[in-house]
Amino acid sequence: MNRRNWLQRSLAAAGALALSGCDRIAQSERVNSTLDWAESWTRGVQRVLLGRNALAPEYSEKDISREFRANGTTHPDTDEYNALAQANFAGWKLVVDGLVERPLQLSLNDLRQMPSRTQITRHDCVEGWSCIAKWRGTRLSTVLQRAGLKPQARYIAFYCADTLELALDGTGQYYETIDLIDAMHPQTLLAYDMNDRPVDIAHGAPLRLRLERQLGYKMAKYVMRVAAITDFTKLGRGKGGYWEDRGYQWYAGI
Amino acid sequence: MSKAEYPLPDGRVVFYRHPLFVRIVHWINAVCLLLLLMSGLQILNAHPALYWGQVSTFDQPFINFRSGEGAAFPAWAILPGWQDLASGRRWHFFVAWVFVLNGLAYAVYVVASGRLRRTLSPTREQLRHLGDSIVEHLKLRFPHGEEARQYNVLQKLSYLVVMFFLLPLMILTGLTMSPGMDARLHLLTEVFGGRQSARTLHFLTAAAIVLFFVIHVLAILAAGPLNEMRSIVTGWFAIRPGPTVSRAPPVHKELTK
Repeated sequence: MNRRNWLQRSLAAAGALALSGCDRIAQSERVNSTLDWAESWTRGVQRVLLGRNALAPEYSEKDISREFRANGTTHPDTDEYNALAQANFAGWKLVVDGLVERPLQLSLNDLRQMPSRTQITRHDCVEGWSCIAKWRGTRLSTVLQRAGLKPQARYIAFYCADTLELALDGTGQYYETIDLIDAMHPQTLLAYDMNDRPVDIAHGAPLRLRLERQLGYKMAKYVMRVAAITDFTKLGRGKGGYWEDRGYQWYAGI
Repeated sequence: MSKAEYPLPDGRVVFYRHPLFVRIVHWINAVCLLLLLMSGLQILNAHPALYWGQVSTFDQPFINFRSGEGAAFPAWAILPGWQDLASGRRWHFFVAWVFVLNGLAYAVYVVASGRLRRTLSPTREQLRHLGDSIVEHLKLRFPHGEEARQYNVLQKLSYLVVMFFLLPLMILTGLTMSPGMDARLHLLTEVFGGRQSARTLHFLTAAAIVLFFVIHVLAILAAGPLNEMRSIVTGWFAIRPGPTVSRAPPVHKELTK
């Protein structure tokens, strides 16, 4: 074995060792829980900087994207959902329950008759792309005030009609949770219109969450039920959302 | 002669060039930049296209990294080494915190200690001979002897550009992509021309830092890798004192006028 050959081989070996070492580190439980500190630092700092009411920027009609990409489920293909969609969601009712004084069942008409907010905002996907659309809906705070939150309520959970990926442990139904700071934010909507038309199936018909200061995966589509809860450790795999259960941050303001 | 200076048997002189704090910061920064680059490419792999403006014009990207099937950036370039956006983000945001705190500590130190003025700011003399220095560098002639005791003008300028322009630009364009920060710092989004522009600038700035790294390493190889490496690990740097006639530095020309 000549010297060059030896050098090449040892370089290749060192490279392979470094790569497999990296992978082992990246998979380690302790490393990953250390990395998770960053999420709480980011959340803490952003909460201080943003406060309760800093508004996400709003845009004008001319900024609306021609193509608004739809990610995740683009059609919850269950019999129940298809039946609802067939009837233009006439039989659909949003269930509002959990830790509330007055559980509600609201039809689309009920929601449309409540005070509404219209906002043209930018939607940032965790993948990196952005689109702008106009959303109209009922403020979540209005609905929660009508239902009356019990003092033990800490989070709001959204249960959706779509199962993105049915896992062996029975989880896979889309859900999300947000805290009360975000739930009461003036731009947090249960949106029924997108660009002046009822939200289409790809974008979450008949009702989706708009949570403008966080990433797209927090904005649950196909919302069927809104529940006030004290903690989310018993939902799904306990991390507070479908994507959170699969490693994504619960606080998605970054 | 300062006290931290000793002659070597071969006639060279070693002096203490990099304080411990600077060495630690340098290596933390180096590790951070490598991890940020690799986790950043992992994140970019999730949507390997760049745009200008607020939004993504999907049919007209500024750059599309994906040619055909498969990931845009290969396994050896990304962290972790398989397609995993969630982990990439976790690494990126953790290391970003370390990088920012390390950088802030350095910035405070370098200003408070006077090192910014003393060691990193080009002298008027050096600036006047900027052209000469560029020519010398293009001929791959590097300052030796007494002149290597201080950073040369190109070295100083490139360090200043990296530390006080490119690295802060990295942080600011990164923050601009955060939908949370956008609710507070929308002015920044406007300055960069939109969120997707900030994302594109984040990538281009990273590319500029990689370019700096390549030149940095080539310069070390050309200037004497062992000596340079020893100085950034142990602090001690060796020079051969005395006038260097063959590579008459600009300072000497000035003196003989």
